[in-house]
Amino acid sequence: MSPFAEWINRGISIGLFAQAEKNFWLPEQASTFAPMVDKAFYFLLGISVFFFCLIVALMVAFVILYRRRPGVESQKTATHNGLLEMLWLGIPLIIVCVIFYQGFKTYLNIRVAPANAYEINVVARKWAYSFTYPNGHVDEVLYMPADEPVQLIMTSAPGDVSHGLSIPDFRVNMDIVPGRYTKIWFHALEEGEHQLFCTQYCGTGHSDMRTAVKVLKRPDFDKYLAEAENYLKTMPPEKAGEILFQRRGCTTCHTVDGTRDAAHVGPTLKGIWGHEAQFKAGPPQTVDENYIRESLLEPSAKIVAGYPDQMPTFKGLLKDEEIAAIIAYIKTLK
Amino acid sequence: MTSEIALPTDNYLTHTRGLWSWLFTLDHKRIGVMYLITITTAFLLGGIMAMLVRTELMYPNHPPAAQAKTMTLVPREVMSKDAYNKSFTLHGAVMIFLFILPGIPAAFGNFVLPIMLGAKDVAFPRLNLASLWLLWIGLVFFLIVLVFGQLDTGWTFYTPYSTSTETAVIPAVAGAFILGFSSIFTGLNFIVTIHTMRPPGMTWFKMPLFLWGLYGTALIQVLATPVLGITLALLAVERIFGLGIFDPKLGGDPVLFQHFFWFYSHPAVYIMILPAMGIISELITVFSHKHIFGYKFIAFSSIAIALLGFLVWGHHMFTSGQSILASMIFSVLTFSVSIPSAIKVFNWITSMYKGSISLATPMCYALMFIFLFGIGGLTGLFLGALATDMHLHNTYFLVAHFHYVMFGGTAVAFLGALHYWWPKMTGRMYSDFWGRVAVMLIFIGFNLTFIPQFLMGTHGMTRRYFDYSFLADAHPEIATYNLISSLGSLVLAVGLFIIPVYLIKSLISGRKAPANPWGGATLEWQCSSPPPFDNFPEQPVVGDPYDFSRIEYDEKIDGYVRV
Repeated sequence: MSPFAEWINRGISIGLFAQAEKNFWLPEQASTFAPMVDKAFYFLLGISVFFFCLIVALMVAFVILYRRRPGVESQKTATHNGLLEMLWLGIPLIIVCVIFYQGFKTYLNIRVAPANAYEINVVARKWAYSFTYPNGHVDEVLYMPADEPVQLIMTSAPGDVSHGLSIPDFRVNMDIVPGRYTKIWFHALEEGEHQLFCTQYCGTGHSDMRTAVKVLKRPDFDKYLAEAENYLKTMPPEKAGEILFQRRGCTTCHTVDGTRDAAHVGPTLKGIWGHEAQFKAGPPQTVDENYIRESLLEPSAKIVAGYPDQMPTFKGLLKDEEIAAIIAYIKTLK
Repeated sequence: MTSEIALPTDNYLTHTRGLWSWLFTLDHKRIGVMYLITITTAFLLGGIMAMLVRTELMYPNHPPAAQAKTMTLVPREVMSKDAYNKSFTLHGAVMIFLFILPGIPAAFGNFVLPIMLGAKDVAFPRLNLASLWLLWIGLVFFLIVLVFGQLDTGWTFYTPYSTSTETAVIPAVAGAFILGFSSIFTGLNFIVTIHTMRPPGMTWFKMPLFLWGLYGTALIQVLATPVLGITLALLAVERIFGLGIFDPKLGGDPVLFQHFFWFYSHPAVYIMILPAMGIISELITVFSHKHIFGYKFIAFSSIAIALLGFLVWGHHMFTSGQSILASMIFSVLTFSVSIPSAIKVFNWITSMYKGSISLATPMCYALMFIFLFGIGGLTGLFLGALATDMHLHNTYFLVAHFHYVMFGGTAVAFLGALHYWWPKMTGRMYSDFWGRVAVMLIFIGFNLTFIPQFLMGTHGMTRRYFDYSFLADAHPEIATYNLISSLGSLVLAVGLFIIPVYLIKSLISGRKAPANPWGGATLEWQCSSPPPFDNFPEQPVVGDPYDFSRIEYDEKIDGYVRV
């Protein structure tokens, strides 16, 4: 099909009942909330389209019927009509009551988690999430079991800014605020992969703050957790370090292949091992184990020349053996 | 034909001459004109920022692998992330604080309000001049922000981002603080003027509805703006002295800032829309040559909106983690505020029934207002309903809704008012043909820009995103919608740029305007165009502002006369 025909095709499908093109109005329904929210959405859409068409049709009809013509005067009609006006005060009032009730009912479901929900802790920082599972494992991708309720207990890292967490396929969206916990829960319908991203503006990397939701069948999820718990012990440190580098969101800001571009806020880590780093202030220093450890725990202590002071601290978030693994990984980036 | 009009020998434009006579004038008409020029300049500045944002968003920064070689009209990445964040922040801050908030009340309110009351000036002319100077000082602060360090917090200044960013938050906050006082002074002046200076015979319910709109606006300006001042002052104190108010690092609460901020900024939305609704009431009746339908319902709905508007701020925070009870109450109140707006729309439509409807440029803007504000108002229901808001909050659905209300509502009414009172302000008629060409381009351009944004939003595209490649990978139509939106914004910009061309041409070679070119029944159409320095040589006779039965067209002067 030519691009032009494709556009026409798309244009035709932009009708009110464009159900032919799946997901024209809303994305895939992947949680138990989605059908509820979508029902409210389509209900509102129907009401809105009806009233909008009514208003515009009357407006256009009056403009045509009563257009100014020479010799034709405007006619005197009633300047007010209490009954009529009460009618269009009353009807919208009843309609909005119905809309409110429907919205509130679903909202209660979204905000109040069932007691048996599987709990995952979320810490958001500029510009990555970490998900901590009950067994202590931390990942930057949200793995979760299918067909059971999962609750997220979320906060921003100390000293960080507010973030948001939205999974459009689940129809959930909640702010993450430093210094307090916000909660959200959902019940994914089946295994699959979905997008998860930040919705509260948080600075330079706001649109980079995204990850995946991987919904697994319960046995697969248990297997994933068991393996994940042990990778530090079972894998060579540089391999474990590479996994950590991914999972803790380091790749949002640092490349490992020498690329320097606007998309990455921090310096590339390729070939830094053993090199002399130049700083904004203070004498240069050779990149060694202690320097990397300090950069992870006290990132603002030494700022590499030409880069902003943007990195959040990982103090309390990385265990000693994890730091050792990351150091081992950086050594391999030649 | 022009020779038929008896030109006043002296008017407010020629009364005194020289720059000083303008900068230090106490004449409300000159102050209104200077507001208009300042505000239009701010609109241009904010518009340039908007075009930068739309240019960046024209394409996803990384094409899907299948079409890596596609040609694009502009580079995929036209600016850095930080430059983008500064662009949308300044677009929002300049448009809100320097264009939409002061726009209609300060420019047209100042010019028209005293004349509509048959008065010589507002109650406190010196305070009026002071408020204009405060606007200029506020503008200077924003220019300082633009030149030094810029601002990247978003126009909402949310903490703790705004307390931790390195950009020029303090000058921006100081600017908004000063602009707040400008707004308070104007509101105070209007309240006192309307209470004390109405002419004999003009009871509250014989006032033109534009004045009811301005009165409701003034109430909010006086009651809500101090809260913004206090909030911004606290933010500055926190940044300068490290006092813990909003920043949890210092023991503060970031959500408290959101409460304070929206306690002002939601009523402020009604500062923006109420005077616009007042203008539409005037335009619909004058160009239908017909009495307004349901005067009292429209008047009271303005006051109802002003008061209920104070009680709905929490609907900006449904996803902030505020309690379920609070969200429920705010949702109920939000729906209640939609009713008075609906009443106004129905009454306007009924006012056109059996009228004699002229499609002169100002009326085209009024009709466009009803169309666009209809969409803006109805999509607000999706965001006020708790369930759908959970999906749509902070997406482009919200961005589109907001622009339908603010541009489709307020800015369109502003343009309608500009075209309606331009002959009165300048004494010249502009080309109605080019006026309507601009209307068509603005209508098409605006809808092309913002209708696709609703659909981006329902698919999860988040506001303030520099790069949406990953979203376009999952939903390819998001890329199409963004392209249409960016092209639409170009059409909109062309439409807007036509306006100054024919308006300036009208100043040079436009036909001289009669006193009453449109057939208005309010008092400003009784004095000459442009009005004399002291508006009326003697107290004008007050009648029903919507009784058009004795106003007839006179071919000799190409205008209307009272018979």
